[in-house]
Amino acid sequence: MTVRVQTADFDVGREIAALRAGDARVGAVASFVGTVRDVNDAATVSTLTLEHYPGMTEKALAAIVDDAKARFDILEALVVHRVGELKPTDQIVLVVVTGAHREAAFDACRFLMDYLKTKAPFWKKEVTPDGARWVDARASDDEAAARW
Amino acid sequence: MPDASGSPRIATVDVVYLARLREAFGTTGEALALPSLPLVTVADVLAQLRSRGGVWAAELAHGRAVRIAINHSMVALDAPVRAGDEFAVLPPVTGG
Repeated sequence: MTVRVQTADFDVGREIAALRAGDARVGAVASFVGTVRDVNDAATVSTLTLEHYPGMTEKALAAIVDDAKARFDILEALVVHRVGELKPTDQIVLVVVTGAHREAAFDACRFLMDYLKTKAPFWKKEVTPDGARWVDARASDDEAAARW
Repeated sequence: MPDASGSPRIATVDVVYLARLREAFGTTGEALALPSLPLVTVADVLAQLRSRGGVWAAELAHGRAVRIAINHSMVALDAPVRAGDEFAVLPPVTGG
C-alpha cells in the first residue's frame, strides 16, 4: 500500500528499502519525516493526540498520491501517517518518493507534505500546562499548498 | 410515503461530527431527518442544525471554517444530500 494510517511507529530505512526494492530505474529517493515538538504557539506540549476520519482519510491520502504521480515525473510515492497519542520526539508522518532524478523527487515530496497539511483529514489535540486544546489550522500551510 | 407498517418513512442521513466539533456538540453523530424538500442541499442540512441554537448556531455560523464531506468526499454548500448519505462535519484539518 502506498498510503497507510497507523498507530504504530514506522522504520524509515525499512520503508525506503521496500519502496525502491528491485527497481533499477530509481536514481533518486526523497523523504520527509515529521516529528512531534515539545512547544507550539509558545506553550509546552506534553502529549499530542492525532485523530482521523477512518475511510475518508485513507481516500484523501490516496488521491493526493495520485495527484503527485500525475504532476511529477516520479516512480513511486509512500505516505505513512500515525494517529493516536504521541509524545515529543515521536515520528508523526513519513513521505517517501522515488524517481529517476532528484528534482522531481524533491518537488513531489514537498508537494505531498504541503497538500497533506491542508487536505488530509487529520486533527491534532495537544496537552499543555493550561490543559488540552485543539490545534488551529495555519494560514501559512494554506499558502504553502497554494504554491502548487 | 407510508411504509408497510403504516408509519411515515422518514429520509435520514448519518451525520458524523469530528474532532473539536464532536467535543463541542457532545456527540459522535446522529441520524438526522432531512427536510421534506424536492432537493436537499448541504446548506439546508446546516441550516437545520443551526436552528437548534446555542453551540450549534455558534459553531456552524456563516463564516466559520467548517467543511462538509458526503460519503468521504469534500463537497460544496450547494451539493445535494440524499437519504442514507454519510454527512460529515469537519473542522479545518491540522495533520502532518
